[in-house]
Amino acid sequence: MVRLSKLIVIGNGMVGAKFLDLLCQSPARELYEIQVFGAEPQPAYDRVALSRLFADATPQDLELYPTAWYKEQGIELHLNCPIERLDLIHKTVQSKEGILHPYDKLVIASGSKAFIPPVEGLSGEGVFTYRDLADVDSIQTYGKKQKNALVIGGGLLGLEAAKALNDFGLTVTILEAAPRLMPMQLDNEGAQELQSQIEDLGLKVMTQALSERVEREGAGLRLHLRGGKVLPTDMIVVSAGIRPQDELARQAGLALGERGGIKIDHNMQTSEPNVFALGEVASFAGQTFGLVAPGYQMARAAVAVFNQEKSPFELPNISTKLKLLGVEVASFGDALEETPGCDALRLSNPAAGMYKKLVFHPEENRLLGGVLVGDVSEFGKLSQLVQREAALPPKPEELLFPTKSDSSPTSLALLPSRTVICNCENLTKGKIIETIRAQGITNLADLKKATRGGTGCGGCSQLLTDLLNLELEGQGVVVNKSLCEHFAYTRTELYAEIKKGGYHLFSEVLSHLGSGKGCEVCKPVVANLLATLWNDSVMSNKEIQDTNDAFLANIQVNGSYSVIPRMPGGETTAEGLIAIGEVAKEFNLYVKLTGGERIALFGASLEDLPKIWGRLIAAGFESGHAYGKSLRTVKSCVGSTWCHLGVGDSLDMAVTLENRYKSLRGPHKMKGAASGCMRECAEANCKDFGLIATEKGWNLFVGGNGGIKPQHGQLLAADITKEEAIRYIDRYLIYYFRTADKLTRTSTWLSLLEGGIERLKEIIVQDSLGIAAELEAEMERLVANQHCEWKRLLADPPKLSLFRPFLNSDDSDESIRFQEKRSQVVPLLTP
Amino acid sequence: MKWYPTIAIERLEVGFGGCVKLEGQQIAVFRYGPEEFYALSNCCPHKKQMVIARGLIGDLAGKPKVACALHKNQFSLETGKCLNTDLSSLKTYQVKLEEGQVCIGLP
Repeated sequence: MVRLSKLIVIGNGMVGAKFLDLLCQSPARELYEIQVFGAEPQPAYDRVALSRLFADATPQDLELYPTAWYKEQGIELHLNCPIERLDLIHKTVQSKEGILHPYDKLVIASGSKAFIPPVEGLSGEGVFTYRDLADVDSIQTYGKKQKNALVIGGGLLGLEAAKALNDFGLTVTILEAAPRLMPMQLDNEGAQELQSQIEDLGLKVMTQALSERVEREGAGLRLHLRGGKVLPTDMIVVSAGIRPQDELARQAGLALGERGGIKIDHNMQTSEPNVFALGEVASFAGQTFGLVAPGYQMARAAVAVFNQEKSPFELPNISTKLKLLGVEVASFGDALEETPGCDALRLSNPAAGMYKKLVFHPEENRLLGGVLVGDVSEFGKLSQLVQREAALPPKPEELLFPTKSDSSPTSLALLPSRTVICNCENLTKGKIIETIRAQGITNLADLKKATRGGTGCGGCSQLLTDLLNLELEGQGVVVNKSLCEHFAYTRTELYAEIKKGGYHLFSEVLSHLGSGKGCEVCKPVVANLLATLWNDSVMSNKEIQDTNDAFLANIQVNGSYSVIPRMPGGETTAEGLIAIGEVAKEFNLYVKLTGGERIALFGASLEDLPKIWGRLIAAGFESGHAYGKSLRTVKSCVGSTWCHLGVGDSLDMAVTLENRYKSLRGPHKMKGAASGCMRECAEANCKDFGLIATEKGWNLFVGGNGGIKPQHGQLLAADITKEEAIRYIDRYLIYYFRTADKLTRTSTWLSLLEGGIERLKEIIVQDSLGIAAELEAEMERLVANQHCEWKRLLADPPKLSLFRPFLNSDDSDESIRFQEKRSQVVPLLTP
Repeated sequence: MKWYPTIAIERLEVGFGGCVKLEGQQIAVFRYGPEEFYALSNCCPHKKQMVIARGLIGDLAGKPKVACALHKNQFSLETGKCLNTDLSSLKTYQVKLEEGQVCIGLP
């Protein structure tokens, strides 16, 4: 029997885990018995996404390989178990408990730790680092009770930490020792643009701020800066850089790099042949790397060595694209103009919050690097140009002003297949195309799943999408977004075509734009578009309405219908209640409150619907549009009208909004809410649009949903007036009507919208497309045309002839039966 | 086969459906074209509810069909066969137009 070699991996972070994953997929897996020692209590997680824990994520969301994966792979995983000694002579490591573990091969991926500047008093209660889950936990526990925080360090990690604390509701000041933010990645102008945008968000930034000592005063802290300034604060988060965790190697006598870190060669080998180092602890050519992409490249190179292949590690192309505090920033190649003889082109547009710089080599005619702030849409393409050392276009300045057609797929088509598209996963164009073909992939989500591309930093998502579309078109697969066999249009395209043609009838739409007779898919969509566009009565196209729209009521399990009158903001009166009660009693209806704060009556027969509505309308009610893809309710708490905690009049807001949007029809149903204070009793955060009163006005959230896939709304605008809120919601809803696919709620639509909430803010709040006035006018037109569909129907008696169960008899439908439950009627179904 | 006049032709517009009661049976009648009518059982085999007449009609590759109002299961108007899943077929009835009336034949 062959004795397996013993492989020990020290460290279970992102890079250590990536190494294991790759090794397990390779033939060399068979040769080893593997033990892993991680110092943290949980297996490797996505450390890059740490700040998401302050927004919407749980630690489980960050998990990369669950404990079960190690078991499946036959790997012995020791968590909470730091290695304390390494003996190179006897080839053993010693764990915290003092147990010796022998190895044949050792991989050190112990990562790095936060660097704490030597500042007097910078430790103890109220002082935190920001490196791991435990740090996040301590910051959250302590920060809950605090108001403000200082972040020492204005680099990548410092800004991440500042974002997290800001999301957490603290007032944050960022201190950077250098004269600018992100000194390693940005030039002065780029950093200035980033700083001014961060300051616009309400964070303070101080550069050239050197901390001297920390004093304690009661529960508070006072940070003294060089120059005499004193900053009082509740807590301090130190994020001033990282240092490789290399003590173990130092003690054992492994060679170190000049600036720390375990010295490695192209094959990840340390000064000891059987010992390898990877990730942030490793020093290659005198440098350590604090990003995940080079770490993954190291893991790949090491696995190649384990398999006796050659894939030597090269000095990586360090590029970064990220969103810092809502500001998109990218830096790639020689961003700081360090190459001798280089030249730079700059474009600055402070009004638009945008700065771009490209660094060229004029003699060699190629791009060396660049900085992008505010608009990073070209990052993928530009960093590719650097990596490929491609020749520049005749007019290099055009790279600063990309036009839409410039990102044409032809340039992608011409890329050689060995071009790396996803740096984090070292995924080439060739491999991506191969996967698309082999697995018949047709959408981005599946492509990401199959290749893991775009799942690290996400910087290549746009390239992946373009590549996928290019390949699908090449295969002749028309990415089929047609409504159905009768219309070769998407909902969005059809919207534009119907508007252009001015069609009001289904027959016109079908003869001009479609074919055949239509079906249950396209008919309701067209019906809906006609209603969305013109707010005409749905009765003018009754033959294409789903049964709920055809009879202006929701069909129930036994073929009976429900009746839901509108109650804006959930308000009604004693008279209203009595009228509803009388109707319910007379027609023997089941009564229930809905989730949207109104009263629903169930069990109405088709023939009773007009009578019931006649009675309700006479009592002052109108249609609640519960049957349509339309505005259901704008839910509200009692707000400052009644509640002693209320800071805003949420009732007034909800009633105004519900009355404004009540007869709109969109791609799907819509729900709104207004809460009078941050306690959020109206649950505005899970609505298509939601308002929460603040001391200064209203915060407007959009794209929330409580349904199939619960999702919190995202902040579109903060501290706005009621008038502004109405304007923004007008624009937002019409933009949604125009651009959403069929049956798509705002939450899904927003998550699919390129650029997400930031893009939406540009369009809706900043009017970057110049369409705000047009969107508002369109809403005004729809509002002016609003009507109660039941009132209109009752005024047109011939249309009521279909409201009976049988065309040839006045009998009622005896197949619809009821039984009594809890003193009310409920359906009795045929078993 | 016995033929029963049920409703005047103009009682149903093209594209519409409705239910008629004949000898205690509920029969869904659809006007697919100006002179093209279909009649089928009104009871959807899925949940045994009398709702077929309230479904939307249309075509699948040129063949006439109806989609049930409750769960959009589709049935051929010509044969009653379920087109999207393996529900049992809807019973179909013969229709003819006579003296301005839609007449349905019962065996």
